[in-house]
Amino acid sequence: MFSVEYQNIFTQVQVRGPAEMGTDDLGTLTEDRTTWAGFSKLLGWFGNAQLGPVNLGMAGVVSIASGILWLNIIGINMLAQVGWSIPEFIRQLFWLALEPPSPEYGLSMPPLNDGGWYIIASFLLLFSVMAWWYRSWQLAAEQKMGKHVFWAFGSAIWLFLVLGLFRPILMGSWSEAVPYGIFPHLDWTTAFSIRYGNLYYNPFHCLSIVFLYGSVLLFAMHGATILAVTRYGGDRELEQIIDRGTATERAALFWRWTMGFNATMEGIHRWAWWFAVLTPITGGIGILLTGTVVDNWFIWAQEHNFAPQYDGSFGYEAYGSYEAFIGKE
Amino acid sequence: MFPKWFDKWNRENPTDIYGPAIFVGSIVGAVVVAAALVTLGQPAPTDSMQTGPRGTGMHVPEFVSDLATPDPDIEGVFEDPPYIPEDGEDLAKDVYENVQVLGDLTDANFNRLMNAMTQWVAPEEGCAYCHGDGDLETYGEDTLYTKVVARRMIQMTQGINENWDGHVNANKQVGVTCYTCHRGQNVPSDIWFRIAPVETAAVAGWGAIQNRATLRSQYTSLPTDALEAYLLDYGRIGVHDLDSRVAANPADPGVATIQDTERTYALMNYVSNSLGVNCTFCHNTRAFYEVAEVTPQWSTEQLGIGMVQDINNEYLVPLKDIYPAERLGPIHADAPKAACKTCHKGYQQPLQGLNVIKDWPELAASGAPVYAVPEEVTANE
Repeated sequence: MFSVEYQNIFTQVQVRGPAEMGTDDLGTLTEDRTTWAGFSKLLGWFGNAQLGPVNLGMAGVVSIASGILWLNIIGINMLAQVGWSIPEFIRQLFWLALEPPSPEYGLSMPPLNDGGWYIIASFLLLFSVMAWWYRSWQLAAEQKMGKHVFWAFGSAIWLFLVLGLFRPILMGSWSEAVPYGIFPHLDWTTAFSIRYGNLYYNPFHCLSIVFLYGSVLLFAMHGATILAVTRYGGDRELEQIIDRGTATERAALFWRWTMGFNATMEGIHRWAWWFAVLTPITGGIGILLTGTVVDNWFIWAQEHNFAPQYDGSFGYEAYGSYEAFIGKE
Repeated sequence: MFPKWFDKWNRENPTDIYGPAIFVGSIVGAVVVAAALVTLGQPAPTDSMQTGPRGTGMHVPEFVSDLATPDPDIEGVFEDPPYIPEDGEDLAKDVYENVQVLGDLTDANFNRLMNAMTQWVAPEEGCAYCHGDGDLETYGEDTLYTKVVARRMIQMTQGINENWDGHVNANKQVGVTCYTCHRGQNVPSDIWFRIAPVETAAVAGWGAIQNRATLRSQYTSLPTDALEAYLLDYGRIGVHDLDSRVAANPADPGVATIQDTERTYALMNYVSNSLGVNCTFCHNTRAFYEVAEVTPQWSTEQLGIGMVQDINNEYLVPLKDIYPAERLGPIHADAPKAACKTCHKGYQQPLQGLNVIKDWPELAASGAPVYAVPEEVTANE
């Protein structure tokens, strides 16, 4: 008989020693770190069982402080909108929003109750995100690492800045920015696509989707491949990169047999990084062009032979009738 | 319980039966479910009405069980053919006092219509709902607001049938009567009042008219003022630029903004829900604005929007001062207004396309009614 063992879905063996507190060669590096470290078996199933210490640093403190202010301005505005009623706040939470200024204010500072709070909150969010971005450089520098995380985060920040800063300025109105609210920001997304003649015909939107779905596919392929060769030591990827073993050989052979081509143990991570980073870069370009350079993407696509025309008649003869549909014919 | 040799054999041959049992059980269960779906059919089958060329995905889906159930309100439609007037018959304006609209009807037809209106609008209250509890001699008085409103509503019904034939009878002759909206109720369902702004103390402008779960926004977070903007105030629904590049600043008045788009989207949500359809009933969604790719229903809808604007501005809103306070809007004390759902009630065609006007030439147009000569007389050959 056979038995089914999904031994690689979760980390099965958790080796636990004293907490790893990080290097402190100069005796001063621990100043910015928290001193606490604990262990969690649950966390260990998914990642490292050790929780902490955190190196927050001055940039982290500034980032979290301004981020909390941003979130609280939104929350208190929402609470004020429902007459300071907590039950109503909970009931309407997904509907409520802090909206950008009304269109007539352009790029001027609007009254607090008509987008003014939005501008203040957005400024704090900008400060928070930038401080966190700087922190990702700082921590990498401290570890003498490459700045790949910094640049990857930067690509997301590019899209964020396009939506909330660059495009509104180019359009000449803060009202173009995205509202802070669960459903309202989805309304904005739909309206943005409809207003500019269907964003699906924006080639940079197409590229962004390609890289987004491509990222998902690459992530699944890479994760599956590595899990499939852990029994040969394939999960020790760094060792496999410098000293290729049978795990790498088998994984490479699998994909070469599958599609004639395989990424390398190093290169797959470049694939993943570029696909992920290009998703917001291309998406941001597409958003930035919308309403500034192109106002109707469907017409643009027709002008560039990108959207198909239907041949002949529009096919009225194929339409169903209501009488037939409700069974009265 | 079992023979000794059996227990002994089991002890000496320990076997994991649970793993395979779960595995085999899952496979067998999936096969059984799949076989049941194939042989018995899926439990909630759907049908769809094609509304556009093949390959565009343009269709309106419905559950087969819903399609098989006729609109229950159809049962309330009754036949009551007119009495063909003979020469020299007395007219209502001669018999009764203060007959301002239906004076050219014969006495028999006048009372036939009065009886029908009672069934359509006030089946429980009867004549007294408009005419009060007095004797027949008092029926000419305009003391009750209901009677004054009813007179205007008769004119509205005549106006709809006469002037909005392109919408009402777009597919076939159906017409409207009081019952199309009232359905046996004093006040029709699915009327609407203004509710915007939804909040004034903490927020103003664009943020104050939206982001609440309200009936007026179809429980979305979209703007709550779409009906008043487009079906009362003649606002521009289209938001698209018809060139790939147009110089415009959203801060300038008249330039369609994302905010305007959300308001249009709110109206479209309302229309969809009112008719029980989706976007592709009227539009090819790859280009919502493109009139070369819309369906025939889109044109019908254009006329419908004009009709509702006419109904609201010509008939319903001017009645504001006639109504008692309890009939006015809860927030702005505005007159009750109509829109798509007041007639359609969730169906593509009100009362599923039933011809309700055929017995009521008195409501089909203003002025003296024109009665069709019965077929028995003409069809001799």
